[in-house]
Amino acid sequence: MNVTFLLNGETVEVETHPTQTLLDWLRETKNLTGTKEGCNEGDCGACSVMVTDNAGARTLNACILFMPQLEGKAVRTVEGIASSDGTLHPVQQAMVDHHGSQCGFCTPGFVVSMATAHLQGRTDHDDVLAGNLCRCTGYAPIIRAAKATEGVPVPVHMHDTPITDDGKTVPWAPETSDALAEWYLANPEGTLIAGATDVGLWVTKHFADLGDVAFLNRCKDLQQIDETQDRLRIGAAVSMTDVLNAVRMAHPSYADMIRRYGSEQVRNAATIGGNIANGSPIGDNPPALIALGATLHLRRGDTRRALPIEDFFIEYGKQDRGEGEFVEAVTLPKSAPNLRCYKLSKRFDQDISAVCGCFNITLDGETITSARVAFGGMAGTPKRASATEAALVGQTLSSETAKRASVALASDFTPLTDMRASADYRMQAAQGQLHRYFADLTGQQTNVLEVQP
Amino acid sequence: MTVTKPLHHDAAKLHVTGQARYVDDIPTPAGTLHLAFGTSTIACGNIKEINLDDVRQARGVKQVLLAQDLPFANDVSPSAHDEPMLSDGTIHYLGQPIFLVIADTHLNARAAARLGQITYDEKTPILSIEQAMAADARFEDGPRIYAKGDVDSALKSAPHRLTGRFEMGGQEHFYLEGQAALALPQEGGDMVVHSSTQHPTEIQHKVADALGTPMHAVRVEIRRMGGGFGGKESQGNALAVSCAIAARATGQPCKMRYDRDDDIMITGKRHDFRIEYDVGFDDTGKLTGIDFTHYTRCGWAQDLSLPVADRAMLHADNAYLLPAARITSHRLKTNMQSATAFRGFGGPQGMIGIERVMDHIARTLGLDPVEVRKVNYYAPHSELAETSNGAGTAKRFGGAYSPVETSADNTTPYHMQVKDFILHEMTEKLLADADYAKRRAAIMDWNATHETLKKGIAFNPVKFGISFTLTHLNQAGALVHVYQDGSIHLNHGGTEMGQGLFQKVAQVAASRFGVGMDTVKITATDTGKVPNTSATAASSGSDLNGMAVQAACDTLRNRIAACLADLHQVSPEDVVFADGQVHVGAVSLSFAKAAQTAYENRISLSATGFYKTPDVAWDRIAGSGQPFFYFAYGAAISEVVIDTLTGENRLLRVDVLHDAGASLNPALDIGQIEGGFVQGAGWLTTEELVWDDSGRLRTHAPSTYKIPACSDRPDVFNVALWDGENPAETIYRSKAVGEPPFMLGISAHLALADACAACGEHDADLQAPATAEEVLQAVHRARG
Repeated sequence: MNVTFLLNGETVEVETHPTQTLLDWLRETKNLTGTKEGCNEGDCGACSVMVTDNAGARTLNACILFMPQLEGKAVRTVEGIASSDGTLHPVQQAMVDHHGSQCGFCTPGFVVSMATAHLQGRTDHDDVLAGNLCRCTGYAPIIRAAKATEGVPVPVHMHDTPITDDGKTVPWAPETSDALAEWYLANPEGTLIAGATDVGLWVTKHFADLGDVAFLNRCKDLQQIDETQDRLRIGAAVSMTDVLNAVRMAHPSYADMIRRYGSEQVRNAATIGGNIANGSPIGDNPPALIALGATLHLRRGDTRRALPIEDFFIEYGKQDRGEGEFVEAVTLPKSAPNLRCYKLSKRFDQDISAVCGCFNITLDGETITSARVAFGGMAGTPKRASATEAALVGQTLSSETAKRASVALASDFTPLTDMRASADYRMQAAQGQLHRYFADLTGQQTNVLEVQP
Repeated sequence: MTVTKPLHHDAAKLHVTGQARYVDDIPTPAGTLHLAFGTSTIACGNIKEINLDDVRQARGVKQVLLAQDLPFANDVSPSAHDEPMLSDGTIHYLGQPIFLVIADTHLNARAAARLGQITYDEKTPILSIEQAMAADARFEDGPRIYAKGDVDSALKSAPHRLTGRFEMGGQEHFYLEGQAALALPQEGGDMVVHSSTQHPTEIQHKVADALGTPMHAVRVEIRRMGGGFGGKESQGNALAVSCAIAARATGQPCKMRYDRDDDIMITGKRHDFRIEYDVGFDDTGKLTGIDFTHYTRCGWAQDLSLPVADRAMLHADNAYLLPAARITSHRLKTNMQSATAFRGFGGPQGMIGIERVMDHIARTLGLDPVEVRKVNYYAPHSELAETSNGAGTAKRFGGAYSPVETSADNTTPYHMQVKDFILHEMTEKLLADADYAKRRAAIMDWNATHETLKKGIAFNPVKFGISFTLTHLNQAGALVHVYQDGSIHLNHGGTEMGQGLFQKVAQVAASRFGVGMDTVKITATDTGKVPNTSATAASSGSDLNGMAVQAACDTLRNRIAACLADLHQVSPEDVVFADGQVHVGAVSLSFAKAAQTAYENRISLSATGFYKTPDVAWDRIAGSGQPFFYFAYGAAISEVVIDTLTGENRLLRVDVLHDAGASLNPALDIGQIEGGFVQGAGWLTTEELVWDDSGRLRTHAPSTYKIPACSDRPDVFNVALWDGENPAETIYRSKAVGEPPFMLGISAHLALADACAACGEHDADLQAPATAEEVLQAVHRARG
């Protein structure tokens, strides 16, 4: 099959196959070796590229980006960041001036991330660069360089215009959810690829043969966010970046957790539907959505059904999803003032949770009238803490209640030991999060990220 | 003069535009083949049967090699010849290479390497320190012991005594560029190898042995690495040798690079250590004697473990005069990746032992930990000089490094006089600049009013010995050409891994000739230009190669000067090289014109340079001598906050004062300090290596092994250079700066321990790495 896109401003038409990665194509076919492979799993950012479509420019990891996902888009690699006359881009010049490179291997990825953020006018540098690992500099000079370019005009060539492809059909990429539903019904053994932040690794690390595939990135109707007075309906193929923006006002704590979910590059690719459908016990959206009392919308052919999201997760590796059935959307309430989401991992940014605890109570005066508490990382699925909830309801927001609920929590879960955390620690930390929740709601300072030197 | 200028990295512009070329970026000839290892899935045992039919039939596979297919040496060890490249039938660790796949693409080679069907006679692996001690599984026939004074009596008669134990994890290098090599077969069986290595000569040596050729048949080249940190001192051998053997076998160019998971599963890491101590001290915290026991898991092969463990012992004192000391070191053989060099080379592990002791004493006596450190410091060099002067025996310190005789004991546990100690002055300056006393008081107040979160603050000094402890490695060579147009070709034995060595050395060359940096071409390290090089390691790169380049440049300069002096009838001393000009008495000509004149007068414009470090002599068995030419110093203060409910924690502020002597390039040196600090703090906090009970490393990718990310650097990060000259005669009186700042990161761990201690009356006894989990356990221990 052929895929057509812009590469550093030039149109390229590429004969490819569904699981060829952009990184391999750039390095091996185009001999554009500026984009580096550091980990081949989307965790280090050395392969960062800027991809522009109608929604704008964003960074993605080329190592887990399949060629068909690029149809009609504009790709800019490190080789396309300087002007054609060789004048360095402001972030490149600043990286030179501020000694932002040492070994230089991560540098192309940093430059692309920084140039994209510069284009977007962003100054949240730590978040922009959370997905770019550097082992040499300790990051300080890179941040100096990023700050030095704030407000500096964007070079004209950075504004890419994607190719207009109205009416074009792309093999393996249905244009609507109706077409997808039909395809999936006919190919229930097929693989759905949304952002490829997980499926990408099946290919790069496990050499999986994905069989028949369908890319979801052209299903515009799966990328919709519909807002009513009291609810948000988020399409399955909405990226986590867009989810973050959508929940920022209504659920600041959830948004702040998403800020630490993956990295800029990962959130730009990963979808909320993928994170749910994948069924991982350590996905970060499910506990938050369970705590919110979200509803999951599934579709098989023309048949649709809805269920409380917690019921979707049956046991480890098993979800309530039939053959040819897929996640279409999730609906969540807009009001949950007491929702708090606590993500615990070895590293704050871009790390998989050891424990993700999400708490949502309603209060009538001093009394807790309802409670939804859910955890990731504590069981084989994302799971509600029903004994804990029972210990909360009807009680006041006191340390006594927290203590009793914390005892109940121990009966809700039997966590495992793995490389992220021991079973004992998971339990202690989950109980700690419960105490933090109480302290948090009563206005105490509980977040080390908010402490200043 | 070009030295001392804060010039940017020589390749900075190439880095930011993606043009800087690493091994995997070199355009390869058509027909280049790609390699991957098939590795063991058990940690200990013997291979029963190997069936590689599926591998051979896999897509794109050309050949598959086993140990018996190798034509000559099956050995990639840098030391004891105990490291077969492909298993000889015995399995020593999970991840050990067993067979080598040669295929048409990298992806096909990797995919085929998974298809081997191998059965084993499995044995119980030796994984823990306890298992290794019980089995007496060790390198060398017993523990190494270095001692000074009568430790047992000192401990017995001490007013106070404490014992303790500290466990610290190892560390994955996580150089962003994984291991890589490319071999290009030449006529007559010769081989050219591009290898991402800190040690091209060793690559040359191992490849020659594997091909059964003299070293002259192999040329190794490396322009730059994408990070090394010690991980490319010996760990690249297997890839370079594989490529050479496969290239010989197929007649085609062969390339090998490890996928990240393979890289972490196959290669060695920093040594983890357990340190036990028994210490005696007086009411002021001054040590009277200390007995350290080191246990380190070296993994399956010796690699560089002996000098690493030695260096840990050599830094057991850090900055403190130990009146009586004994250090016992067990180098244990375990069924894990063979631990290897990593920035600091055992020094950080040894050093954190005594830093823990200092804090333990301070908490026990209720003293400020900084005060306890100060009373234990070595005597300052100024005081020693005065003492000796007063005795009327010795020369004063001047610019030159002159030996000082003194009756006062200022010797290390390995009987070396400490003569350049400047930490008293550095400490006072840092404490003042960082406002330590006031902040420490403020933190105590803050902790008194905060229930859930606690802050901590801590100080640590660094005294790091500079030189290879294997004395003969302290040598370097250089090759410099001046072309007739006045351009200069610079080459030396050091390798560039990001540290800025090439730029610093080029600054030396430019300064010697009085020309601008544009005149000097930095070229790839090449065993065909400078032979018999030492690894770029032990922080020695600019010390050794800077001096060798200076010698080569001065030889050429003297030849040009003699020629011009003769032509213009002036004395050679009156020929001055400066500002791109050569001043010959009253006449001035451009450097280019001078070069051309010398050429036309048939003057050789190519010269080698050589340097060997003076005054080093070391007996590692006796534990006595002068292993180091000088010491590099530094000090840091870290402030942290912890959450007592989950153990989550972060660095708030760091202040560093570091001694780079008269810095050759302050910008590059500060880069080493900032980066070293963060890497050191990462080692002791988020970076955790986890092996399961079967010996499988579970943290073999960035998804599970967490090096510091951008937001993990401290909010406030003040780094300053100590303004001083190296009393030792080093290149422009600078000091080595590669490794020493790594150990400034110890202060981050000590600060976390301080925050944990603020949670209760009991000993928090924080271990390393101080993950959130470990911090929470320490909080619980503090509360009793």
